[in-house]
Amino acid sequence: MSEEDNSEVKQTPLAARHLELGAKMAAFAGWEMPIQYAGIMSEHLAVRENAGVFDISHMGQIWVRGPHALEWLNGVLTNDVAGLEIGEGQYTLMLNDKGGVIDDLIIYRTGEAELFLVVNASRIEVDFKWLEEQAYRHIEEGGIELDNDSELFAGLAIQGPKAVEVWEAMAGESGGALPERNHIAQVIAENGDSLILCRTGYTGEDGFELFCPAASAVLWFDKALAAGSEPCGLGARDTLRLEKCYPLNGSDLDEEHTPLEAGLGFFVKLDKGEFVGREILAKQKENGLDRRLCAIRMTVKGPPPRPHYGVCQPDGGEQIAELSSGGLSPSLKEGIGMAYLPQDSAKVGTKIEIDVRGRRYEAEVVKKPFI
Amino acid sequence: MNIPDQLKYAESHEWTAMSDDLATIGISDHAQTELTDIVYVEVPEVGRVVSPGEPVAVVESVKAASDIYAPISGEIVEVNEAVQNDPELVNTDPYGEGWLFKIKAEDTSQLDALMDAGAYKTHIS
Repeated sequence: MSEEDNSEVKQTPLAARHLELGAKMAAFAGWEMPIQYAGIMSEHLAVRENAGVFDISHMGQIWVRGPHALEWLNGVLTNDVAGLEIGEGQYTLMLNDKGGVIDDLIIYRTGEAELFLVVNASRIEVDFKWLEEQAYRHIEEGGIELDNDSELFAGLAIQGPKAVEVWEAMAGESGGALPERNHIAQVIAENGDSLILCRTGYTGEDGFELFCPAASAVLWFDKALAAGSEPCGLGARDTLRLEKCYPLNGSDLDEEHTPLEAGLGFFVKLDKGEFVGREILAKQKENGLDRRLCAIRMTVKGPPPRPHYGVCQPDGGEQIAELSSGGLSPSLKEGIGMAYLPQDSAKVGTKIEIDVRGRRYEAEVVKKPFI
Repeated sequence: MNIPDQLKYAESHEWTAMSDDLATIGISDHAQTELTDIVYVEVPEVGRVVSPGEPVAVVESVKAASDIYAPISGEIVEVNEAVQNDPELVNTDPYGEGWLFKIKAEDTSQLDALMDAGAYKTHIS
């Protein structure tokens, strides 16, 4: 394993706990994170079959408040915020002027004019700076208040078919029920902790994300373990989301690709009015796309496909793309990946080859999701 | 951590077992523990002539592909078919069924450049 300079790497409040549990740690987005404990395969299957708990303390939390908050955010994000009820959340994207993705995130309406954004760890500063730039005028007029509260929160993602049972055990008698799918609830726990519960996740299973005060991170993590969740690391987080074709910012999503090219048109409401990046997207919708993010599955036994491996025309043909994501699917026991393919190769059933260390392995474009 | 006494070890965690001029090579218990679940093994072609430090095989875990280096010079005379079908053997039996390839050694004195069990134990601690 490579030696990294860890002087700039931050630790979540659970760092010591992870080591006690035997985690293999590595730096991710400037944070020391658990990659795996018992093993990626077993952690992955634990989430698909029971429940797993992930440390997501590195993720970001931004509050947006003000009488113009909803209207302003609708001009900055792709999905329709104005349609949210209080307590409801939605997946959405923040674009640059060229329609490229700055970040994908989940936004929750927590009040009449108050919203809670959960953003990717690697993009917290970029997102906040962008929002400040966009709000500049409104801030001067006193209309938009932005707060980056990322440092205050620790976070856990509890995912799997048994997630509800896990919460019931964690919450105890006075805990209350989890919010319904895609909704948010703010509760005061028995010990006085202010908790934010979001019924969402990145694994394709039922589950929730719990944000608690950083000082209580170990307490709630231990409760999740005691309630039967398997500790799971970023390795399993990646295999789980890839099986569902959920894109990963920095791999499948970046500022060079639009959400339409990524297949996320459902989360882009062109008809709601103006928003940053709308013009480019409207043109793409009218003219058609040149490239699309496709799901690719290996059709022969071979090495796992990995990000940046070449995607090529069959029979030793030329390279047409590279994988943006890739790996071995623990559920399917086959290689899966995603890549932006030129439109004429993007149809389901298209035969391609993956270049691994100079050798070609057959694959094909398949429907999303993989499972 | 299992570090059999009779083997020689490279810094890059390959073990070598000598029998006359036939060297059998695999990866150590320490290496397979670090890699965790091994899902794919790529062995060199029989007949290939290799030199010390040359990457000749690849062992892949879920997370990463790791190069395996020839510890000595010579010709690859045999490769392990079993691990290609059942990569887990490298995890479960790294010094036995999990061997990777065999080299007909050109110069057995090259073994002196490798570590013995004691030195390897120090190296990994």
